[in-house]
Formats: sequence, C-alpha cells, structure tokens
Amino acid sequence: MKRLLDFYWVNSRLSMMRQFQYRLQSVLYMVWLVIEPVIYLVVWSTIARSNGGSVDGYTAGGFAAYYIVWMLVRQMNMVRAPADWEWRIQHGSMAAELMRPIHPIHNDVSDFAGAKVFMILIFLPVAAILSLIFKPVIHTTWLQVLVFAIAIWGAYLLRSLLCSLLGMLTFWTTRVGAIFDLYFALELILSGRLVPMPLMPAWVQHLANFLPFQSMFYFPINALIGALTPLQLFAGLGVQLLWFVGALGLVNLVWHFAIRRFSSVGN
Amino acid sequence: MRVLTLLGSYLKIGVANELQYRINFFVQLLQSFIGLAAGLIGLALVFSYTSELGGWTRPELLIVMGIYILMGGVINAFIQPNMGRLLYEIEQGTLDFALTKPVDGLAIVSLRELNFWSLTDIVVGLVVVGVGTGQLHQLVSLWQVAAFVAALIFGGILLYCFWVILTSIAFWVIRINEVVQVFQGIYAAGRWPVGIYPDWLRIGLTFLVPVAFAVTVPAEALAGRLTPPALLGAFGMTVLFAFLARLIWRLGVRRYSGASA
Repeated sequence: MKRLLDFYWVNSRLSMMRQFQYRLQSVLYMVWLVIEPVIYLVVWSTIARSNGGSVDGYTAGGFAAYYIVWMLVRQMNMVRAPADWEWRIQHGSMAAELMRPIHPIHNDVSDFAGAKVFMILIFLPVAAILSLIFKPVIHTTWLQVLVFAIAIWGAYLLRSLLCSLLGMLTFWTTRVGAIFDLYFALELILSGRLVPMPLMPAWVQHLANFLPFQSMFYFPINALIGALTPLQLFAGLGVQLLWFVGALGLVNLVWHFAIRRFSSVGN
Repeated sequence: MRVLTLLGSYLKIGVANELQYRINFFVQLLQSFIGLAAGLIGLALVFSYTSELGGWTRPELLIVMGIYILMGGVINAFIQPNMGRLLYEIEQGTLDFALTKPVDGLAIVSLRELNFWSLTDIVVGLVVVGVGTGQLHQLVSLWQVAAFVAALIFGGILLYCFWVILTSIAFWVIRINEVVQVFQGIYAAGRWPVGIYPDWLRIGLTFLVPVAFAVTVPAEALAGRLTPPALLGAFGMTVLFAFLARLIWRLGVRRYSGASA
C-alpha cells in the first residue's frame, strides 16, 4: 500500500510538472474549457429571459452558477479516454505497461490526478472572468463546499473506472467508436452535462436515478450550489461510493478476462 | 490541371482503401445517427420550454443543425485527416517527402487523405436541412437556394483556410496536437445561430474562427434572412482567409527544417 501511495505521489507530481511546460497549449486549453458550458449557458439563459425570468426554477443567474461550477466538474472528469486504450493496444505500448509491476490503471489515474492541479489553477481566473460577464447567483454552506471537494474527486475516480471499462472493450474488438459515442451521448443526456436534471422530462430523471452518470456531473454541481439538506449531501456521496465499489469490482473482473485476450503488437 | 489529376488519383486511392472495410460504413452510420439523436434531443428540450430561440423558429434551427452536421462531415472527411497528417509530419520532421514532390506543397498536403465514410455525415446533414426547409412556412425561392449553395462553398473554403493557418502554426511551435480538440470544441458553438451569443463570442466566431460563415450564414440564406451585403461579406472573408492561409503556409515552410534524411 505504501509503495502504491509513493507511486501515486511521484507520478502525479511528474504529470503536474509536464502540464506547466506547454504554455501555448494551456491557452488553447482555456478556450476549449470555456466554450461548451458557455454555449449551454447562453442558450438557457436566453430561454429563461424570454420565459419571464426562469426555467423550472433556474434563473439566468442560476444557470450561470450551474455552468461555471460545471466547468470545474468537467475538468475533474477528464480521464484517460477509452480511445487511448485502442491506441495503446494497436501500437503495442500496452505490452510495455503490462511489464511493469503495477496495474496500468494506476498509471492513468495518478497521471490525470496530477494534471488536475494545473486545471484547477486555470479554472480560477476563467471562472472569475465568466462570473463578471454572466453574474452567477450562488448560496452555499461550508458543509456543501466540503462535500463538493470530496464529490469532485469521487466523480473523477468513478469516471476513470467507467472509461477504463469501456477502453478494455478494445481487447475484444477494435470497432469500438460507435460504442464510445453511444456511451458519451447517454452520459451527455443522463448526467446533467447538457442541462440541469430538473429540466429533463420526468421519465428521463427517473431513468437517470438508476444509472451512475448523475454521480459524476449533476450531483457534484448540485452539492455546491443546490438547496440540499445535509442528509441529501451525504446520501449523494454514499451513492457515489456504491457506484465506485461496483465499478471497481467490474474493472477487476473484466481485466481478469481481458488480459488473457491480449497479444502483443509492436517491437 | 496537374493538381486536379492528382486529386482524382488520391480520391480513388482513398475510396479504394476504405471500401476494404465495409463494416465501418455501418459503424459510421450508427455514429452519425447517435450524433443526430443527441442534437435532436437537445433541440426538443429547448422547444419544450420556448417557441423560438433568439428569433429563430424550430424549423430554422433544424436547418442550422443540418448544416452543422453537414459541415462537420466536410471537416471530418476532407480537412481534418489531411491537416492531422500534416501536423504529425511537421512534428516528426518527415514533411520533406511531401515538399520535395514536383507539385505545389500546399495542394499536396491538402489532398492526400480522405475519410470516406465521414461522407455519411454530409448526407445526414443534407437530409436534416431538407426536413427543416420542408417545415418552413414559406416556399424557398431559387435565389435563396443559390445563395445557400454559394454560402456553403464559401464556408467550406473558409474552414479549410482556417485549418491551414492553424496547422501552419506548428511550424513555429512544433507541438499543438490539442488544436484539433480545441477546434472541435469551438465548432460545437455552430450548432446554434451565432446571433444568440454575447458580442465577444459572436465576433470571435465570425472573424477569428469562421463558424458563423460556415454554418449560420448558409442557414440564414435558406431561412430568408440573408442580405446580399452579408453574402458579399462572406465572399470577402473567403478571399482574405485564402490569402492569409497561403501567406502563413509559405512563411511556415520557409522555417521548416526537416529531421529525416
């Protein structure tokens, strides 16, 4: 365990330092980071205004708060893309990773975790500027801030596992593009990434309650800016934990079979 | 003339290559439909709360979405594969092999690759545009269709020139792989008419990244909102971007010092 923690510590620090190297990239990154939530925000605050101020309880300021926090949550949600698994298997670098005395997922998780420090640093000024433009309305408590701080890391770990699961499909077939697309389309709609969940039709909300997607978007955002009771906050963390444990079991199971399918390519 | 013959040969090779993998057609078709479904759900959601968005009605926004998908297909089929390869070759220093060929360098790096199955997006986009146009309350005039086709062509050329400029930056900074992702993010703003965005973003999407000209302007043509001066403006932008792309490409190549050989 100590060795594993050491590995996480060293590898995330390395990854953090790498992020600071490419400055032009970080400017581009900022543009990319801002654009998606701003699109949603503009569309929905336009509707809120034309509807006499609010949509299902969300005012323009409420949407601004939602989508600005969304940005940080989205950053935390950046994990090793499933398509990278395909690349690694195709180009043979998976063989090298399998040689190491540590599970390849640890490498991915610590790598992206280190990059988060840089992402949070970039998020702060961007969020400040967006707040000046879009004027978010936020009421929150210290408990909510605390739960949010835990929930974003929970979301990160959960999404890491789920995307790894998807990525492992490439051990069986390489025509995975459509499956990935389907997953991300479902996630877009059922997670709160597209719109806050209360805006969705009731049956979609109901369906989403039985799926893990909300734990990675809507719950963390709502934990910070929603009107949640302490009980609801802890229940949300509990649900996240349950999904995490389930995903962990599944990853181990699938890995067990996947690894037997692997045949090395490359040199 | 020689360039056209070359284009023909590369197209043939590209098509022949992809026809080996016919299942990919169905995979791509499935991906196109997933993208379309997600877009339609978003649109339905918007119109469950309002009857128009920034002055655009539902059929008009359907046209915008159709053009967005269509242009996305053009980018994925023709532009991005070529520019991706160029980016890689600049980084690796293997661009020499293209530059030493006895034809115009920019022409050859723009024609080598074709992602054939992405053409499905062009078809899907056209169908969506057709459905949207059919739902419009008034009939579309011949002049509108002509303006639409012209605006589409200008938009396509603009996007290509923009990519050339973007990719040429790699001659100076070497590593900008993330550019592709960033562009896709920005292009997503074209899903909605640029008029709904705040000024700073609208100006950026018009003059910095030509999303407005590629998607919104053709849609305006079909929706009967396009004025002749605006179409002329699109033409002017196209000429300007073509000139800039050529210039920056040439400056870039002058800086390029291979790494192979």
